[in-house]
Amino acid sequence: MLEMNLKPSDFEPISLDQREGEAITRPHISYWQDVWMRFKKNRLALTGLTVLAILTFMAIIGPIISPWDYRECDYNHINEFISARHWFGTDYLGRDMFTRLWFGTRISIFIGITAALLDLCIGVVWGGISGYFGGLVDDIMMRIVDILYGIPYLLVVILLLVVMEPGLWTIILAMSLTGWTGMARLVRGQILQLKEMEYVLAARSVGASPRRIIARHLVPNTMGVVLVSLTMSIPGAIFGEAFLSFIGLGVPMPLASLGTLANEGYQVLLVYPHNVIIPALTIILLILSFNFVGDGLRDALDPRLRQ
Amino acid sequence: MLRYILRRFGFMVLSLWVIVTITFILMNVVPGNPFSSAKLTPQVLKQLERKYNLDRPKWEQYLTYLKNLLRFDLGISIRERGRSVNSIIKSCFPVSLVVGIEALCFAVTTGLALGIIAALYRGRTIDYIAIIIAIIGVSVPNFVVASTLQYILGAKLKILPIARWEGPKYHILPAFSLGLGTLATMARMMRSSMLEVVNQDYIRTAKAKGLSPVQVTWRHCIRNAILPIVTILGPLIANITTGTLVVERMFGIPGLGRYFVESIYNRDYPLIMGTTVFYAAILLLMTFLVDITYAIVDPRIRLVKGRD
Repeated sequence: MLEMNLKPSDFEPISLDQREGEAITRPHISYWQDVWMRFKKNRLALTGLTVLAILTFMAIIGPIISPWDYRECDYNHINEFISARHWFGTDYLGRDMFTRLWFGTRISIFIGITAALLDLCIGVVWGGISGYFGGLVDDIMMRIVDILYGIPYLLVVILLLVVMEPGLWTIILAMSLTGWTGMARLVRGQILQLKEMEYVLAARSVGASPRRIIARHLVPNTMGVVLVSLTMSIPGAIFGEAFLSFIGLGVPMPLASLGTLANEGYQVLLVYPHNVIIPALTIILLILSFNFVGDGLRDALDPRLRQ
Repeated sequence: MLRYILRRFGFMVLSLWVIVTITFILMNVVPGNPFSSAKLTPQVLKQLERKYNLDRPKWEQYLTYLKNLLRFDLGISIRERGRSVNSIIKSCFPVSLVVGIEALCFAVTTGLALGIIAALYRGRTIDYIAIIIAIIGVSVPNFVVASTLQYILGAKLKILPIARWEGPKYHILPAFSLGLGTLATMARMMRSSMLEVVNQDYIRTAKAKGLSPVQVTWRHCIRNAILPIVTILGPLIANITTGTLVVERMFGIPGLGRYFVESIYNRDYPLIMGTTVFYAAILLLMTFLVDITYAIVDPRIRLVKGRD
């Protein structure tokens, strides 16, 4: 048997300074700071982010620092190789490839991000409403998504682009028209889990409107998953745009995206391979870094999802 | 089970109907009709319009269009005078089918093998090689793969023909460039799926009862790991199908994909619309079959999916 030597003083309340020992001394770390700390440890993701930053920076600054305009033809220097006059050479019309490359990168990134953001906006609203209300509303909304989801999106995009005026916004609109369904499904799944949480019950019991609950309590909590899906869908959109440009449905001349540049370069592949190598490498770098950042973000946001 | 199949079938038909309706609306949004560009006297134009029902109200045209579709009649091409879209599909689709199936077979077999090997030798050199191949395959558009191969293997080393569609030698580059992306996705999924299965209790049981490593891998790991792969087959087939549009054009393969792209350049609306509906039907059918296969192969999915 264990003998216990207890004195009456043991039962007195502890003094204040002893309680201070349990005070939090480390600085408070918010959710996103925590995510950033985990993200920083992933070397591949950090490299991706750096490459992405450089590409974006060049896309902004490139056409400005170059002495040439993206549609200006230097007829005495057609199909030139890399030189001091034209840093990345020229194409078959004597247009400066350095300017066109960064201009194209600008358009590709713009299309990728805008299309993905548009998907996000529609998807979050649709999925949020569907998931929160449930029942018949959910049934109808999700059946619509199911039907749209089944439609091969590139075919719709091709159809739309054939009959609509070619242009930047047409491409973005066409890609978003069917692209938002994946996001809507994702958000709905998240909302279905989240709406059983106690804070939602609390909000409802103090009389918050459904709109306020969805916008202030549910949607912000799905942002982690949504953000990962967003980073993953940007390269998808860039890929899709490059594909469309390559079959001749891209941005109209004299505008250029990375896909149209690769297509133009492909026509002269055997003679001037650098005209296709440079834009192709840029597409690859862009997609690679977006994928790395997406992977890193997923691991950082939810370590359980790590593959 | 029957209910599930019927449900999926219903969705397939509905999706197809949506596509057909979109197609019809778009076809009518475009100004003019197939005969407006030709120099015709008003009488001839009127007769032609009567012949193809273009003088009827729109809703009647729509119903005729649906009726024709039910009889698999997709209309006539403008560019190829007198040729119906059906006959073009009939003569070109088999070639596309060969290209697609070759690419799919190459991608599935190599991708699965790569994923399995990578998972079995986790952390070794071969695993890293597989990961690098997977990353490259996912990030490089197929037209870049195709042009690189054409340039290096075709033009510089002269090992394989650059383009055209003649003997078996001509099939290698298209199949490879078309399949690489799918191969990469396949390898990636299979690797992570295998790694998940390897840690399960039933694998330990299998090992504990003295099965040889080959039997454990073959009978227990691979069989279970391959299940989730079936679900992504649908999107992958769609991927390969749209990929044929680019690859057939680059390699000069006389398939439907090249016709489709050319019809876009020529603004041959009936051909564009007809081919789109055809492609959509094929893809929806594929997705439907994949879904059914998955439900048959994995009873757990059937239960979960049937309920929601």
